[in-house]
Amino acid sequence: MQATRSHRRHLPMNEVTFRSLGYVALFIFGMLCVLPFYLIIVSSFASESSLIRNGFQLIPSEWSLSAYQFVFTNPARIGRAYFNTIFVTITGTFFSLLLSSLTGYVLSRPKFKWRNAFSFFFFFTTLFNGGLTPWYMMCTRVLHFKNTYAALILPLMFSVWNMIIAKNYMKGIPYEISESAKIDGAGELRIYFRLYLPIAKPLLATLGLFAALAYWNDWYNSMLFNTKEEYQSLQYFLQDMLSTIQALKQLVAQGNSELAEGATMPTTTMKMAMTCVVTGPIIFVYPLVQRYFVKGLTIGAVKG
Amino acid sequence: MIGRKKAVRQHTLLKDLRSNRIYLLLLIPAILYVVIFSYIPMGGVVIAFKNYNYSAGIFGSPWVGLKNFRFLIISNKLWTLTRNTLSYNFVFIVLEMFLEVAFAVIINEMRCKWFKKTFQSFMFLPFFISWVVAVAVIQTMLDYDNGLITRMVESFGGEMVNIYTTSGPWPYLLVLFHAWKGVGYGSIIYLSAIANIDQEMYEAAEIDGANSWQKVFRITIPNLVPTMVIMFLLAVGQIFRGDFGMFYQLIGDNGVLLEAGDILDLYVYRAMSSGTNLGMSAAAGLYQSVLCFFTVVTVNYIVKRIQPDYTLF
Repeated sequence: MQATRSHRRHLPMNEVTFRSLGYVALFIFGMLCVLPFYLIIVSSFASESSLIRNGFQLIPSEWSLSAYQFVFTNPARIGRAYFNTIFVTITGTFFSLLLSSLTGYVLSRPKFKWRNAFSFFFFFTTLFNGGLTPWYMMCTRVLHFKNTYAALILPLMFSVWNMIIAKNYMKGIPYEISESAKIDGAGELRIYFRLYLPIAKPLLATLGLFAALAYWNDWYNSMLFNTKEEYQSLQYFLQDMLSTIQALKQLVAQGNSELAEGATMPTTTMKMAMTCVVTGPIIFVYPLVQRYFVKGLTIGAVKG
Repeated sequence: MIGRKKAVRQHTLLKDLRSNRIYLLLLIPAILYVVIFSYIPMGGVVIAFKNYNYSAGIFGSPWVGLKNFRFLIISNKLWTLTRNTLSYNFVFIVLEMFLEVAFAVIINEMRCKWFKKTFQSFMFLPFFISWVVAVAVIQTMLDYDNGLITRMVESFGGEMVNIYTTSGPWPYLLVLFHAWKGVGYGSIIYLSAIANIDQEMYEAAEIDGANSWQKVFRITIPNLVPTMVIMFLLAVGQIFRGDFGMFYQLIGDNGVLLEAGDILDLYVYRAMSSGTNLGMSAAAGLYQSVLCFFTVVTVNYIVKRIQPDYTLF
């Protein structure tokens, strides 16, 4: 004991290199990750002219809210996109959690005779699939996904990986809990809802975050199925606006005088403001689930 | 005799069905889901062997054998697309696994709690945004007129090129952006694996006078190997599928950039969304799936020969 304590007080040379290297590496990478976000947020509150004059600054020389005013000039459209994404995220996350945890629960039951066969039945879909085209045709021709909420909810609702993580987590919960409840006359559903789900909070937080992120950040399904303004997701709306802004900028740069009014639009800061508005809410989910995260994530093999 | 055996077998099956009925019942939603979204579309691969037209539908369209595949090969696209997809993914897998393990180890060894927590959260940030937002962020940095990097290069007296008109730097940029977005999340997986390592091993090593380097290389990393193998197998199973989100948002249909980063997924999407050649799109998709399948089965088999405990299935 004495030895280890003194060991800690006077770290030998290679320990010092080891630690400082670690700090430097983490600092650099962490900064690379956070600085762009900081700049985007700060610049969205800068005035367009100061941004063009000075480029991006850690503290802008001139503040302005005009970018946000422009973003909300058409509140109906962005409001609709917001509503769509919030609705889809909440509904989708709920059903996705239910589906993956319930399926994981069943497949983790040692009493279930065909658990391995069914595990493989699900797992096989991650090894082989028909590719994008047949899937797309299923969605459009058979399920008629064009411009419906189902098109945004269903494609992301069940992930075999999440189900496997759930199964491994449930397997880690002592089976005696389930046994003794059964003696008391509880059925499987009751055991799952009343006993396993409360214990599996870290799992639910982790999978819930995955699902919520997937729904909130989804532009792909909106691009494939929901191009009508009414049913667009927020991310697709952003993508659409960004390419419009880019096109406008190019036209102005080419000296297209008819679009000169576009030049008065704070295009750069507007891009920043849009990005903040679209990303904002989901970032705040992280602190809520952070403490569960490392615990909830147990990646394991499929077999057994 | 035989008839009785059969009857007994039927009887046990019925008994099994009855005793497992609640489990089967609870599995129905998930089974329906994968049947609709995965298994039935698997049958849809027949489109790859047909000259698909909308009015005739899947069953009515005429068979053309391997014509779609031959077309892909003749047009000389397939080789470039495959090479790009494969080499990008290979670099992503190797580089990112190295960085993820390194950062997991670094974070685990760190004693300064607030620093560790803060920077771990920072690293995790890019994981939270979509590629749409990520590309908006990246464009802001690289913008030719007043991007941050552009200004920095200019202030050091350099000359910035408009990177959207040249394909040269893109292989490096794509690798950089992919790592930027994914490493924070990946390192958390390894961190949770480290958390499961028996602490007594470290205590024993400390008593024996092991230093930090030794503890990392003799205890932590060997204990991470099973997770690394699983993550590798998972990634290898998708090695012929590119990160569509990143490539589509960053490169999209920019002809110059496509020279550096056209991948199979972009081709499949282009061929499908243009609507002109669904057969070729399906053929390229099937080609991806078959290659992925054989790769992961082969690699898994090799792993099984070396260390049966580490396999994926």
